[in-house]
Amino acid sequence: MTTAASDLETFRAEIAGWIATACPDGLRNRPMNEDRIVWGGRRWVFDDDDQRIWLERAIDKGITAPRWPVEYGGGGISRAHEKILREEMTRLGAPPPLESFGLWMLGPALLAFGSDEQKARHLPPITRGEIRWCQGYSEPGAGSDLANVQTRAEDMGDHYLINGQKIWTSYADQADWIFALVRTDREAPKHKGISFLLMDMESPGISTRPIRLISGKSPFCETFFDNVKVPRENLVGEVNRGWDIAKYLLTHEREMIGGGARGLLGGRSLGAFLGDLGADVLDDPVIRAEAMAAEVDTLAFAMTMDRYKDRAEAGSGVGDASAMLKYYGTELNKRRYELLMTAAGSDALQWDGPHGALAPEWLRTKANSIEGGTSEVMLDIIAKRVLELPGA
Amino acid sequence: MTSLLDSDDEVMLRDAARGFLDSNAPVAALRANRDEGRAHDPVLWRDMAAMGWAGVLIPETAGGADMGHRAAGILAHEMGVTLAASPFLSSAVIAATTLRHAAGARAHDALAGIAAGEVTYALAVDEGPKHAPERSALSAERAGNGYRLSGAKTFVADGASAGRVLVLARTSGTPGQAAGLSLFDIDADRAGLSRRPLDTVDARDHARLDFDGVEATGDDLLGEADDAMRLLRPALEAGQAALAAELAGLAGGISAMTLGYLKERRQFGRTIGSFQALQHRAAHLWAETEVTASAIANAGRVLDETPDDATLAVSLAKARATRTADLAVREGIQMHGGIGMTDDHDAGFFMKRARVGAEWLGDYGYHAARVAAARGF
Ligand SMILES: Cc1cc2nc3c(=O)[nH]c(=O)nc-3n(C[C@H](O)[C@H](O)[C@H](O)COP(=O)(O)OP(=O)(O)OC[C@H]3O[C@@H](n4cnc5c(N)ncnc54)[C@H](O)[C@@H]3O)c2cc1C
Repeated sequence: MTTAASDLETFRAEIAGWIATACPDGLRNRPMNEDRIVWGGRRWVFDDDDQRIWLERAIDKGITAPRWPVEYGGGGISRAHEKILREEMTRLGAPPPLESFGLWMLGPALLAFGSDEQKARHLPPITRGEIRWCQGYSEPGAGSDLANVQTRAEDMGDHYLINGQKIWTSYADQADWIFALVRTDREAPKHKGISFLLMDMESPGISTRPIRLISGKSPFCETFFDNVKVPRENLVGEVNRGWDIAKYLLTHEREMIGGGARGLLGGRSLGAFLGDLGADVLDDPVIRAEAMAAEVDTLAFAMTMDRYKDRAEAGSGVGDASAMLKYYGTELNKRRYELLMTAAGSDALQWDGPHGALAPEWLRTKANSIEGGTSEVMLDIIAKRVLELPGA
Repeated sequence: MTSLLDSDDEVMLRDAARGFLDSNAPVAALRANRDEGRAHDPVLWRDMAAMGWAGVLIPETAGGADMGHRAAGILAHEMGVTLAASPFLSSAVIAATTLRHAAGARAHDALAGIAAGEVTYALAVDEGPKHAPERSALSAERAGNGYRLSGAKTFVADGASAGRVLVLARTSGTPGQAAGLSLFDIDADRAGLSRRPLDTVDARDHARLDFDGVEATGDDLLGEADDAMRLLRPALEAGQAALAAELAGLAGGISAMTLGYLKERRQFGRTIGSFQALQHRAAHLWAETEVTASAIANAGRVLDETPDDATLAVSLAKARATRTADLAVREGIQMHGGIGMTDDHDAGFFMKRARVGAEWLGDYGYHAARVAAARGF
């Protein structure tokens, strides 16, 4: 074994031992769903003490943001170590102690584009789950055509004045801060007049209105900005260069959404899962054939996520290929949930039935191929940037 | 496990193989083989052997390069890109793996012959239209100190041209049982063995072999009687992984050709590659190709690192590669329009080889079922 490999194996043993004692038994091996996610934030209320204790210990250990620098509250470990950490958490049935848009999206963007002051101010509260962020990208007229954002930020000297509207802002009504794309130059070509701005949701003039989803839940909102004053220092990177940050952040978001597809069954096979729904479910030749094909694709996709993580680690980045990971992972996830619904039959049709909240989860997966850029947009990105096919 | 990314050595091997095959075995060479009625070009195989490809899985003590299964997969992939025809899979991968597991002085000599490019092999397993080794009925009856083989094998890859044949025969039990099968290593000229070339769509060598009381000695028996699967399983898995790699390469080859055409062909006053309907299909194909590439690399790694536990990885690779190659050739022909349907164009060669590769050593259903079994359902 090389030293690098033995170092990783030592880490695996060490972290497994730590998880086994640090993660309260009550949290272990509980089926994971959206309601059990710990998002953090000023107004966060834990389900129980176990969740709080687990988060506190994870913060001390620096594993809420495993790869961020230690000075900003991260764990300072490599991707390879992070992978082992996640594998051991899955194996031991430990849930993620904290998840958030700050961890997934804003953090990586600030690390790449933020000033030292911005990093020092905003990153540590993210790792401690103290500040919850939401993402203000989409607008009524700017969905797939994101660069068409119209929310205006006027330069008023010591501050910007914001007016406009965002839509589909996930958890805006529960978030403490928002990172948003705003138009700072209305004359420039549309990609060149956008800036990346951070705003406290408590600023006067910001209001939200929840929107209900087909799953019955209401995780997203319309967000309105009415003469909101935002200090200059909250602009990230250079003025009018926000599109680069927006795209960089999207590659992280897409990799994350695509990767969500493999976590679903906690590493168990789809067939075993279906078998548990009912002994004879797999006797149906159509379900069986589709389950086999889905299992084949799921395993190969998980390997692809690993391969691309290794590539990113090796320094060549994931870049535009994140569009492929997002496209493939989300379409696969939808396929798997359709299969689960078919296999569970009428048992799956109640909002909360014998299989728990399968129906709302199934409906939620339909958004996977829309949020963070639709499948069609992902295919466009692959065609144009990876395959270099010509424009119209 | 080692990363699925190519190591620096692997990148070099891939580049070298690509360079060599581009100039020495382009699709035009397959076309020439077909038109001249030969299965493959012996000069090409001699050159491949000189580069160590014939000995890719053969120990250095027997004159091989012993580069391992991931390396064999890289070579097979590059051969798929240009549809290079050679005895590589049958001899350098399947026979070499069998003989390596058989061990012994005779196997050592046979391995040396393969590595030197002097001896070629065919594996004769299947008797019906689907891959099913355990259904073998061809009988090997005891006769004196040896055996007498009677029965028929079909769709034997490289069966008409190979110098030697590994034949799976039943020494006990009934068709359908894995136990009771034995593997013999005999020369292809032996009395009673007749070989009939099959004119298959891929213009490669496939044959039907009839055994009419063919005599085999105890020496010709590889491994133990009634226990062929001990040798055959690793050999088949090595072959399936390499064939999967070839199919992935084939998918890459036709995809590159198709993308080139999308960027060049004009209709309605614009390049057809600017039509979003085609762009999205090309992008989807690329996504499938990338996902399959991971399964191929994984199979090679697993065969190198934990060969006794490779069934899942290998079947995953073969299943994925079969589907991806199928998608790539269907989209390839469709996106070429009428020109793709002509024999003058190369696209058809890819489609025909993909169909043969889909069947050889187990089709999609065969391998998906093995994946499912390994995953507990
Ligand atoms: C559950 C959920 C959570 C979300 N959370 C957030 C959030 O937190 N923050 C945020 O900013 N946004 C969020 N979004 C918004 C999301 O990013 C957008 O919905 C998405 O980008 C699509 O934009 P749109 O809804 O305007 O659809 P449109 O862009 O109007 O698309 C409609 C249809 O047209 C297709 N289409 C559009 N353009 C093209 C083209 N060029 N070629 C081919 N087809 C095309 C699309 O693929 C789609 O099928 C969320 C969405 C969902 C569903």
